[in-house]
Amino acid sequence: MNDAHGSPQTVVVFGGSSEIALAVLSRLAARRTRTVVLAGRNPAALEAAAGALREAGVTSVEAVVFEALETDGHAALVDDIFDRHGDVDLVLMAFGELGDQATLEDNPPAAARLARVNYVASVSIGLAVAARLRAQGHGNLVALSSVAAERPRRSNFVYGSSKAGMDAFFRGLGDALRGSGARVVVVRPGFVRTRMTAGMAEAPFATTPEAVADGVVRALETGAETVWVPPRLRWVMTVLRHLPAPLFRKLGDG
Amino acid sequence: MGRELLAGWGRTAPTAADVCRPASDADAVAALAGAPARGAVARGLGRSYGDAAQNAGGTVISTARLEGLTWVDEAAGVVRAAGGASLAGVMALLSPHGRALCVVPGTRHVTVGGAVAADVHGKNHPADGSFARHVVELTLATPGGLRHLTPAGNPDLFWATAGGMGLTGVVVDATLSTMAVETEAVRVVSRRAGDLDEVMAAMDAEAGRHRYAVAWLDGLAKGRATGRGVVGWGDHAGAGDLPPAWQAEPSRRSVAVPPWLAGLRVPGPAVAALNQVRYHRSRAADTTTVEPLDRFLFPLDAVDGWNRLYGPAGFVQYQFVVPFAAGDVVRTALERLRDAGCPPFLAVLKRMGAADPGPLSFPMPGWTLALDFPTATAGLAGVLDALDEVVAGAGGRVYLAKDARLRPELVGAMYPAVDRWREVQRDVDPAGVLTSDLGRRLGLVRPRAGAG
Repeated sequence: MNDAHGSPQTVVVFGGSSEIALAVLSRLAARRTRTVVLAGRNPAALEAAAGALREAGVTSVEAVVFEALETDGHAALVDDIFDRHGDVDLVLMAFGELGDQATLEDNPPAAARLARVNYVASVSIGLAVAARLRAQGHGNLVALSSVAAERPRRSNFVYGSSKAGMDAFFRGLGDALRGSGARVVVVRPGFVRTRMTAGMAEAPFATTPEAVADGVVRALETGAETVWVPPRLRWVMTVLRHLPAPLFRKLGDG
Repeated sequence: MGRELLAGWGRTAPTAADVCRPASDADAVAALAGAPARGAVARGLGRSYGDAAQNAGGTVISTARLEGLTWVDEAAGVVRAAGGASLAGVMALLSPHGRALCVVPGTRHVTVGGAVAADVHGKNHPADGSFARHVVELTLATPGGLRHLTPAGNPDLFWATAGGMGLTGVVVDATLSTMAVETEAVRVVSRRAGDLDEVMAAMDAEAGRHRYAVAWLDGLAKGRATGRGVVGWGDHAGAGDLPPAWQAEPSRRSVAVPPWLAGLRVPGPAVAALNQVRYHRSRAADTTTVEPLDRFLFPLDAVDGWNRLYGPAGFVQYQFVVPFAAGDVVRTALERLRDAGCPPFLAVLKRMGAADPGPLSFPMPGWTLALDFPTATAGLAGVLDALDEVVAGAGGRVYLAKDARLRPELVGAMYPAVDRWREVQRDVDPAGVLTSDLGRRLGLVRPRAGAG
């Protein structure tokens, strides 16, 4: 069960070797979390993550193979995890691909594939998870979106559009779950310095997995529905959202 | 039966359950028998601060329709009250007969069933013990049927139910012994004390001389003033204590928190200012007043819905008790909270006397401190976790009826007889029907197989 501060005892992560997810889990392990299920594509990476969590005090860590593109199997996978672990207090949606915009523009199948991972898989996992949270009458679903979901930019609009879809989906899902005891938190970090972004030019307001994790834990405490990391991005993006297109283009990619 | 979102008085961690409202003892048993895989638990007026009376995804058995009060022995002042009856209702029956409940908590808006399940205490714990000490007999709806329990005849199940947070069954009625009172008034002596040592020394010096004793502390006072407060002692007034103009006034009408204020959160500086006023309005010398019984016993009832003043994220109450020998934990708690930037909005200190036998019953001889905080206070979760260790290390415990955040690892240290309680609980509920969010969170009960 979640406690008054939103600290979960059992957590399931989709995208189980994500650096942001692991930063969240290390904070939660210091509080109440004793059971973690890591669902991901790469067994070796999951095992490494599982080892770190065991050292952090998580008594039960399980790695589960999860392929985002195989959406037909998602509901069964979610049901299996919930059936075996009883109450799941927090589900963290942390899978996704960034891709290279220039390469994707020349390779439509690869671009479609990225959209399927980031958006389509979020829909099938999200709906399956929501059904189980509704049935158990409680639980938080935290979705890692991106500031790129807010307004498309020339330099990463394939990725940005896929995040925009998943962001809209989870905000709507949160509304659908009102009154069910389950709750959705959408997290919109700016540029996060991780393996995924290594070697890329940093955008303004760059942040770290640790800062994102602090934002997530704080949202669980306060009940916030949307989290920006760093928080001032909320106001920056509020302005950018309304800029005339020519000016936005100049700022974004000039 | 419909699904409702339920939270405790602190409004934290709401969860959804199917709520049913049985109107008879038999219906309550049937509700348990027909409970789904995620089980069932009773709920009275929802005044447990945390998650004791909620059961995510399962059934919550409201006792709202289990009403009724009857005299068992009017001359001896023995009354039988349905589990869903409120203490306010019981007091209204007793008062014209010159009688009062022996033990009441800080609000009269709790049910008799809830008072048993939390084994509540009042400002007179050293003198009169906790609620269950005055229960002559109770009827418990269990998954196996109705059980009639007395402390002598069924000590294991009776005392597992007293403080058992509803996890042994639904209290459908309780027979209570009451006390005779000459008036509806309390003679109160109060004085302010400039720091925590002075407060505790004053309470020690007067121990045993008054029926009621309580100290309000200014949780926002800093430096040498840390723990300053106002100590009040009370005794039932005799007819001769009443001033000539005294009238047995009806209970003061309560004020409701207006809806436009309920969504906001009262800011800390406002609370600090109110504390200042409250402290400085009191006198350093003994002041004697005569107050209506209900105003003295239930100061919180003056404002309906005061819990909403903490805003949508709600509030956490942290109440612990430590043995008298570990009284310094009270100071440690106030200092650590102050240093962490989490001063309590409300702080109440009392002495407790001998414990009753309930394995999960909270009271034990020592100091009990109750502290209220806005839930979203940054850093609060961590500092309370650290205080749990200090309290458990000192041989103390936190109060489960207030709890919304204890971690399960510490239950055994705080309640050393919990394994004995679990044995009794499993005997009465072998199939694991009885469960609650609190029971799951603290691992008090085993979830049923397939109850995910």
